[in-house]
Amino acid sequence: MINKLIFLYFAVVMIVSAILMVTRRNPIHSVLFMLLLFFHIAGLFVLLNAEFLAAVQLIVYAGAILILYLFVVMLLNVDKESAAARANRYWPWMTAFGILVAGEIVLLVSRGTFPANAGQQPMRLASAGVGALGTELYTKYLLPFEIASIVLLVGLIGAVMLAKIKTKE
Amino acid sequence: MIPLSWYVILSAALFAIGVVGVFSRRNIFILLMSIELMLNAANINFIAFSHYLQSLTGQIFVIFVITVAAAEAAVALAIIILIARNRGSVYVDDFNIMKG
Repeated sequence: MINKLIFLYFAVVMIVSAILMVTRRNPIHSVLFMLLLFFHIAGLFVLLNAEFLAAVQLIVYAGAILILYLFVVMLLNVDKESAAARANRYWPWMTAFGILVAGEIVLLVSRGTFPANAGQQPMRLASAGVGALGTELYTKYLLPFEIASIVLLVGLIGAVMLAKIKTKE
Repeated sequence: MIPLSWYVILSAALFAIGVVGVFSRRNIFILLMSIELMLNAANINFIAFSHYLQSLTGQIFVIFVITVAAAEAAVALAIIILIARNRGSVYVDDFNIMKG
């Protein structure tokens, strides 16, 4: 019961802050609502016995990616923001499309057969925790892990090369 | 405990909000943040199913999704800086120079 209340709190705050994030005019406000959203997603991860990923969510997403966004938003001065239109002219159609997509998924879920009592038992101790996650990551998923490191390297080099000011010789 | 379908519906709602944000906003920062929102909706699904199926594969996949999101954010923000430097605008309406 208490878990359901906690979940409902997280869900309501997440949806409200996501809607506010999408609709705010000032991008800095959007970034701050996104920060609130990420904190609550981390709380939801703790509720699902994924403590390590909750920490990763806070450190990488909230700590690194969002601060990068915040820096770039502040670097590019967006002073025309208050006068310009915030949405393109198709936004009512797009909102209707989004409601359609969400309604379709809700309809599918409500007609599907999820086990009603799933999740009654906590995850077994041998298969939970950071140690098991690390063992899984470094044995069974070693090749995808190395590929992910190459993806990060390419992203790093690409960002540096793109943002470098071209010097005319 | 919490039914699995609640998590699926929550992540569907977040994903739909992200879709609406990508398709209807003009500011390119909010487009990118809507993409991050959609990735996070997928992450919630992965971790919920990983919990309910008693398997760690979903959590591993979330680590890779976060990795790709970090690389994507770095490259995309570099491209945004370049476009804003060249065109003096952060609105996607002003960037449609490739249409025929």
